[in-house]
Amino acid sequence: MSSNAERTTPRLKSDSVKISGFAKALRTYSLQIGIVFVAIFIWFLFLLGSPRTFLAGNIYVSFMSTTPFFALIALPLTLIIIIGEMDLSFPSTMALGMMAFDVVFVGTGSVILGFIACLVAGAVVGYLNGIIVVKIGIPSLVATIGTQFLWRGVVMVVTNGQGLGMTKVQDTFLYPLFVGRIGGVVPAQFAWTIAVGIALWILLNRTRFGAHVYLTGDNIESARLMGVNVNRTKILSFTIVGVAAAFAGFVVSEEVLFFWPTLGDGYMMNTLAAVFLGGTSAYGGTGTIFGTFVACFIIGAINAGIVAAGLTGFWTSVIYGLIIVISVSLQAMLNKRIK
Amino acid sequence: MDYFLQMKNVSKTFGEVSALHDVNFEIGTNEIVGLLGDNGAGKSTMVKIMTGYHHPDPGGELYVKGKKSNHLTVPEARKQGIEIVYQERALADKQSLWRNIFLGRELSNKWGFLDIKKMRGETLKLMDTVMGFTSSAITPDSAVKTFSGGERQGVAITRALYFMAELIILDEPTMGLSLSETKKCLDFVNQIKCEGKSCIFIDHNIFHVYPICDRIVVLDRGTIAGQYMKDELTLPELIDKLYLVAHTGSLTDKNGCAEDAGKDGGNT
Ligand SMILES: Nc1ncnc2c1ncn2[C@@H]1O[C@H](COP(=O)(O)OP(=O)(O)O)[C@@H](O)[C@H]1O
Ligand SMILES: [Mg+2]
Repeated sequence: MSSNAERTTPRLKSDSVKISGFAKALRTYSLQIGIVFVAIFIWFLFLLGSPRTFLAGNIYVSFMSTTPFFALIALPLTLIIIIGEMDLSFPSTMALGMMAFDVVFVGTGSVILGFIACLVAGAVVGYLNGIIVVKIGIPSLVATIGTQFLWRGVVMVVTNGQGLGMTKVQDTFLYPLFVGRIGGVVPAQFAWTIAVGIALWILLNRTRFGAHVYLTGDNIESARLMGVNVNRTKILSFTIVGVAAAFAGFVVSEEVLFFWPTLGDGYMMNTLAAVFLGGTSAYGGTGTIFGTFVACFIIGAINAGIVAAGLTGFWTSVIYGLIIVISVSLQAMLNKRIK
Repeated sequence: MDYFLQMKNVSKTFGEVSALHDVNFEIGTNEIVGLLGDNGAGKSTMVKIMTGYHHPDPGGELYVKGKKSNHLTVPEARKQGIEIVYQERALADKQSLWRNIFLGRELSNKWGFLDIKKMRGETLKLMDTVMGFTSSAITPDSAVKTFSGGERQGVAITRALYFMAELIILDEPTMGLSLSETKKCLDFVNQIKCEGKSCIFIDHNIFHVYPICDRIVVLDRGTIAGQYMKDELTLPELIDKLYLVAHTGSLTDKNGCAEDAGKDGGNT
């Protein structure tokens, strides 16, 4: 009936196009809108549960200072999940980058050269992950568990398990640049996280590379048949995560003014939880930088909430684990319904 | 002779499987070639070599517009004007219609950023003019997973058309289509002929293939079993020959059906 009416009266049809267009936009962005509501809801929960903590300003400052440590990795990791791969090696990549810093800094005395070495090491490690996955054909989940242990071992052997004081870094512009306080309040790393988020959003949504990330993750065979260089796209994605992990490692070490060879331990769960909670599909092909960004701060808030609620740190593991399982299950159910 | 594309002594093996064996094939400018053959004969493999997706085994040669092409890639083949509607359609289900139309050939502006506005606009235009999508539920932003078989086929065909192809390959395009959709698809091949372009048309139904083709090539178990100009033989004769190939694997059968072999000997 209604389809008949649409056919005979074009006016009606264009109206229904408009309405369904709006509904579509709502549906298209439903995950993003949803995640924002989840964030607000959790914030309210904490506000009610512990008003003293959550009405004070300094919790937000600490929040903005520590969330970037894993957000800087979770944002680019979103690309890897969209493309249908996995990278579990980023915790030890954080340490490997700082090991490169350690070696170059001790050798040359230059913080800047050390910082460059850190980023280059991250890029090399990420690139190698990509090569192992693409050229040798090992599933990325397995390959990056391997490189995770490998690079941690290399860090331990090279540093002999010894850390490095970073107070020298305080004298260079890199310190205020990455971990200073903007206007004496806002942590610089928070601004960097926003900048990285915007840059990655543009890369994913406004470049051919980004389009190929989605297409490869959605249907790799179709992408190949139509001439997408899926190997190059994957290698580049792994490389970006490598650089980002090394950068995050540098920022963490700057913040605490010490490089621990165990750097990165404890970042696995919250980083992955942020990507999956942000609505990126474990099946590949869908996901957003915005979702991951908001989810990072939800995860950060939960962490702060657990501490404020007086629960032990052991609880964080339980809760992050739950978040990963529940968000991936929700995606699986959503996936089935749409099909 | 002025060929658009030529294959010389092309073989293709996948590990143990020999999909193509010493194939010589050519297609002229503004020629419509029907490619027939049983499932597994190697038709898809053959056209995927032409689109740069597969590479022939060493020794095989590929010429595009008279020029030898040593390592044809998919982007190069598309640049040369070769477009294909793959048997498997090659769509990305969760992505929007416009992303599928421009799959692998995204338009970008002078800064290197995607020109999404243009791609959406072009898609909308194509929906109106080429695809004939009447459902108001479909917009350039609709994900293609919700599309019907005919609509998906429409997307794949439109995509092949959009980029001004000179050779359009259709690999079993009528598979799963309704009667009217099939007719639209066959009309489309006729239109390719009228526009002076070339086409390779793969279909199991010879009643589809015969009327619209200039030449018919029969592929059997990786080799070319026979080629006919359409005016050389009638539809019933063609059907006889295809039965022969199906039963004996050859059009010039020496053992087995002696009387058939006698009749067909002169034609090949
Ligand atoms: N990528 C591949 N890997 C291994 N074998 C393949 C591959 N593609 C095709 N084949 C094999 O090659 C033969 C020809 O297949 P195909 O070209 O798809 O035939 P057709 O399209 O004529 O049905 C089949 O035996 C098929 O199993
Ligand atoms: Mg086939």
